[in-house]
Amino acid sequence: MSENSEKNINVLFAGIGGQGIIRASDMLTEAAFRMGYDVKKSELHGMSQRGGSVSSDVRFGKKVLSPMIPEHEVDYLVAVSSDQIEVCKPFLNEHTIIIRPEDLPEEDRNSKMINTAMLAKLNAYLKFPHDLWIQLIRENFKGEIAEQNIAIFQKTEQNSAQ
Amino acid sequence: MKHVGVNVAADPLFTLTYTGTRGGLILVSADDPGLASSQNEQDNRNYAKFAQMPMLEPADSQEAYDFTIKAFELSEKFGQPVMLRMTTRVCHSRAPVTLWKTPEEQTTPEYVRNVQSSVMIPAFAKKAHVRVVNTMHKLQEFNETSDFNMEISRSRDLGIITSGVAYQHSCEAAPDASVLKLGMTWPLPIEKIRRFAESVKRCVVVEEGTRFIEEAVKACGIPVDAKDEVFEYGELNVSRVRKLLAHDTSPDEKGAPGRPPALCPGCPHRKTFEILRDLNCIVSGDIGCYTLGVLPPFNAMDCSVCMGASIGLGLGLRSALSEKDARRVVSVIGDSTFVHSGITGIVQMVYNKPATGHLVLILDNSTTAMTGLQEHPATGRHMDMTPAPKLILEDLCRSIGVDHVDVIDPVSQNAEYIQLIKDRLASNDTSVIVVRRSCILEMKKIAKLAKKGA
Ligand SMILES: Cc1ncc(C[n+]2csc(CCOP(=O)(O)OP(=O)(O)O)c2C)c(N)n1
Ligand code: SF4
Repeated sequence: MSENSEKNINVLFAGIGGQGIIRASDMLTEAAFRMGYDVKKSELHGMSQRGGSVSSDVRFGKKVLSPMIPEHEVDYLVAVSSDQIEVCKPFLNEHTIIIRPEDLPEEDRNSKMINTAMLAKLNAYLKFPHDLWIQLIRENFKGEIAEQNIAIFQKTEQNSAQ
Repeated sequence: MKHVGVNVAADPLFTLTYTGTRGGLILVSADDPGLASSQNEQDNRNYAKFAQMPMLEPADSQEAYDFTIKAFELSEKFGQPVMLRMTTRVCHSRAPVTLWKTPEEQTTPEYVRNVQSSVMIPAFAKKAHVRVVNTMHKLQEFNETSDFNMEISRSRDLGIITSGVAYQHSCEAAPDASVLKLGMTWPLPIEKIRRFAESVKRCVVVEEGTRFIEEAVKACGIPVDAKDEVFEYGELNVSRVRKLLAHDTSPDEKGAPGRPPALCPGCPHRKTFEILRDLNCIVSGDIGCYTLGVLPPFNAMDCSVCMGASIGLGLGLRSALSEKDARRVVSVIGDSTFVHSGITGIVQMVYNKPATGHLVLILDNSTTAMTGLQEHPATGRHMDMTPAPKLILEDLCRSIGVDHVDVIDPVSQNAEYIQLIKDRLASNDTSVIVVRRSCILEMKKIAKLAKKGA
């Protein structure tokens, strides 16, 4: 996004319990904060441990008011589970960019780190610095797991750049 | 605490406002408009009015921080407990917060005996009641000029009176409107509200939940435009506030229904509900993961109201129904809920035994699963996972005088479990079966911890 844009950016994460929706949205929130934006995140995760729908709204820009994305104002939908796209319908518009598991190579779609891969896909549009994400991954995961997440992030980043 | 937690705490709360407090005391009430994960949509602002305590309503993360500090100051200054009223979107949210207060060293207060204010016998409580009312008058005066409330002057065509997260939605939905944002919503700054309402052509109260502000304002003879009934249900958001302001009551746009939650594959609760379904039992349920026994493929729950209700409700059904139906009644309660509010139910079962006896299943998965795997007195661990004295549920039930107390593993002893339920239902005795097998997520948590420790 351009630095001086007046309009806030609205990113909706949607998936099911256990896919790391909240973690991914937390990482984006932190990234936006470190980029100097005002940012708000709000989530609904009723009884998420048992495979129910989970969604998280992240809004950032100059000044964010409501923590919830208004209807038809989603700029990016990160659908970690593609069956959630229909659930999110009222929030999308014809310009909404939808990032879905099918955008990833087959072997990554059922990966435990799908959320990290989806963040890399999203960043192809947001263009936050690569190093910021690597830093955030290291802060969110430990040891071997962090390295695996960095690997999938970089791989997805390279694929998206082509 | 959770909004329904205040119901449990209500008895002491209503007299705590009489005794007042010497140090600062804050009650954090987290309400759930829209029922993201609750059994009702109660609006706890009404408790502040009913129990007579001042209330602050933060509208975002920064205010949650600011108001918590100020709530302590307010409580200490007026000697009253203060309610900090939160909602889902203020709690389950993340935003930058500027810290401005260095935490103070905690001091141990000296004991001061004051029976007049601490022993609520009628003679003292009568005086205390007058003190509370006077304090609330002073608080109202204070709030007329307090900086908890903020007025934004824009177009005078539309004025919005609002509080909490509804303020954020309102500013986005009607960027040109003048706004009176109330941060302290009890007692209300009525004169400030009156002046604001008079200063605009049309004045609308935008509030989530009940008509708490609207009714109080109208009772003082201030004319305001009221929301339509549909906006008493569920959460507000920017789109709904736009509609509220326009008196547009058309149904909100809906997407496909989300995925309903289900018991995890391999969840120990599954076995119990398979059996209760197959035995065609009348199941008095409780609140926890196992409430999902109501959904397919089990369809094995007949009632569930609030934490601890399963046993009393089950006993009521046993007493009210015909013998044939009464024999089908089983109460099902989780281990955490049992410790929270099930024990008195067992005492009642033994003391006032129904003619057909009763059967209570305590589903002991060794954790409080639904709310995120918290420890409790029967897990043998504190919240920080250090060892704790373990409450032995079967010993407790035996000591109360239950006729039969058994412990069984629903998976490895499945056949015995089925037979045991059949036997107990056929008898006229009181029975408890502690159904013991860990939640699979709890097992993972413990394994992870063990790995860390090793
Ligand atoms: C008064 C009150 N406080 C807190 C809650 C939140 N809550 C919902 S279920 C639950 C406990 C669940 O634990 P348990 O009964 O052991 O069942 P499990 O989820 O482990 O199967 C709690 C604390 C509530 N519903 N009511
Ligand atoms: S979290 Fe535990 S108790 Fe809850 S459904 Fe899953 S396995 Fe069962």
